[in-house]
Amino acid sequence: MANRIRRFICIASALALAGMATAAQAVTEIQWWHSMTGALSDKVNEIANKFNASQSEYKVVPVYKGQYDESMTAAIAAYRGGNPPQILQVFEVGTATMMAAKGAIKPVYQLMAEEHQPFDPKAFLGAVSSYFSDTSGHLLSMPFNSSTQVLYINDDAFKKAGLDPANPPKTWPDLEKDAEKLKASGAACAFTTGWQSWVQLESFSAWHNVPFASLQNGFGGLGTRLEFNGPVQVRHIKNLGDWAKKGLFTYKGRKDEPLAAFTSGECAMITTSSGSYANIKANAKFAWRVATLPYYADVKGAPQNTIIGGATLWVMKQKNPDMYKGIAKFFTFLSSPEIQVDWHESTGYVPITLAAYDLAKKQGFYQKNPGTDIAIKELTNKPPTANSRGLRLGNFVQIRNIIDEELESVWSGQKTAKQALDSAVKRGNEQLVRFQKANE
Amino acid sequence: MEKRVVFRSRWLPYALVAPQLLVTLVFFVWPAVQALYQSLLIQDAFGAKTQFVWFDNFKDLFSDSHYLASFQVTAVFSVLVAGIGLAAALMLAVFADRVIRGAKLYKTLLILPYAVASAVAAVLWVFLLNPTLGILTHVMRSLGYDWNYLLNPRQALALIVITAVWKQISYNFLFFLAGLQSIPKSLIEAAAIDGAGPARRFWTIAFPLLSPTTFFLLVVNIVYAFFDTFAIVDAATSGGPVQATSILVFKVYQDGVQALDLGGSAAQSVVLMAIVISLTVVQFRFVERRVQY
Repeated sequence: MANRIRRFICIASALALAGMATAAQAVTEIQWWHSMTGALSDKVNEIANKFNASQSEYKVVPVYKGQYDESMTAAIAAYRGGNPPQILQVFEVGTATMMAAKGAIKPVYQLMAEEHQPFDPKAFLGAVSSYFSDTSGHLLSMPFNSSTQVLYINDDAFKKAGLDPANPPKTWPDLEKDAEKLKASGAACAFTTGWQSWVQLESFSAWHNVPFASLQNGFGGLGTRLEFNGPVQVRHIKNLGDWAKKGLFTYKGRKDEPLAAFTSGECAMITTSSGSYANIKANAKFAWRVATLPYYADVKGAPQNTIIGGATLWVMKQKNPDMYKGIAKFFTFLSSPEIQVDWHESTGYVPITLAAYDLAKKQGFYQKNPGTDIAIKELTNKPPTANSRGLRLGNFVQIRNIIDEELESVWSGQKTAKQALDSAVKRGNEQLVRFQKANE
Repeated sequence: MEKRVVFRSRWLPYALVAPQLLVTLVFFVWPAVQALYQSLLIQDAFGAKTQFVWFDNFKDLFSDSHYLASFQVTAVFSVLVAGIGLAAALMLAVFADRVIRGAKLYKTLLILPYAVASAVAAVLWVFLLNPTLGILTHVMRSLGYDWNYLLNPRQALALIVITAVWKQISYNFLFFLAGLQSIPKSLIEAAAIDGAGPARRFWTIAFPLLSPTTFFLLVVNIVYAFFDTFAIVDAATSGGPVQATSILVFKVYQDGVQALDLGGSAAQSVVLMAIVISLTVVQFRFVERRVQY
């Protein structure tokens, strides 16, 4: 008897398993290649799980494919091999490359219209959607994780230097004065910056409403050429170079490396990504706060608005049109205020829809976490102009490397600011010519 | 009667070398031909638009003063990596050969770095020498030496040379040790009886007898320095400061894999291939003459 029951249970569970397997086959899988690590990766999985639980036709499968450049290379290889993923997370630097690949991508505005999903580009923050729209204002990729540049200051170091941390430097000349006092008080490093090209040139240009490149920073076409060797930028880079000589600015690396110098307490001020908030919160053993990115008060129109960094989700062209429906549904789910506000509050990325921003306000998130709304205030400071919508440059990876190299020659005193920026523009333009040749 | 072994069958010798030939064709000749072809194209990242541009990629390269500068960096880097790598490994091998107690442990520890991936090796050294957090940096600062490879080109080069050498030293060490152990003990003993000291025994007996090993390792190390070190540069310095550590193979990797400029990257790898082929030819024609087998 006991045996028979056991056998019955076996058969029943086998049947149940088989039934589940056929159900699983009926589900269309949507591959989402991303570059999020640690807590961010957990959050990505959580979002996918929530979507999968909300319906039964589609299953979004997030796959970590390495850092931004690596996952993009992998996706291109997969596309060339005829088997691209459905959704690919691409950093802002890769935008021009993706846009130029007309046969390989499905623009998001088209996708949403064809699949009859509610989609209003105006629901997104202007500074976010404008970066990823074509010249006629159509959104080409789905905004996902966006951040911008802010100033972080070490309150304890400020107090030690006799400065009031509640009154952080508003302008670059203010920052210089504070840096002098910090240095005099014995700070090993008064000021440093992460992502130097992004903060001190790309967003700096937008913040002061001066062009970074011609043809509306490249939005107007492949014929764009770099223009960031203008007087405003040269003045700023020259100042930074002078401060480096005087020991007020300490260079700590090209990308995110300088952050460690701030969280360890070595550097008293840093300009870097607003997305570093969570990291600083977890690691800094001193009082600190977020402040608005400094500007030059005598530059007309400054401060304008900062530009974003981060990544968006691109839809790759599919052989099987059934996929599109699932992707569109997922995007609708993803841009809902509940998902967005949770993503914003737990990661430090800016809320990308106005609804999510309002919801976060209503929840009192910014009162409880002072400083977390500075990024979004900078982004929405004024309606974006041709100089502050964003950047659309081909071979941007190489151009950033060139800028990094040339800036390093200023910090080490080998070149003047003017020489370095002229040279960066000249070398960068060679890259733009190559990109234009390859894509025309 | 002929003393050599001769294949009587017509096809057997070909069949025997066929697997090796196949491997060479598939893994060496085919990719090389692909690179040659690709270097004449300008293509967008997705391969949607392709233009045949003859030698435009090469023209672009050689009109770029920064590309030409990276030849010099590569030459200095390769000479340092091969030179220091061989000398240090030989020294360690000589010592290891003489160790009596704990020899196994000593040898095992020396072989360990070979199991570490290049990028990981670079990260390990960056941890030690990071201008903000590095332990060795603190030691140097307290001795009054300002270590900051982020802005000092020589220090940056030193960092990647140290890492590249450290990574390759086990390989060199193994071959040198095997070479030393195959030297007949009787030769060394005879010299010792004749009154030659350890240094003299090394220079007049061991070193000449090691010359085939040394030559082999020289070729391998040069190839290593030219081709196999991009991960170290990528993880440690990204080619900076300015262009102090931008070696040729790193630029190939950066432009091809990170920046997706396939034509330009292929042209660079063709240039690199030409350099290494000619270097190897030179080594076999001129250096090998001094090798005593």
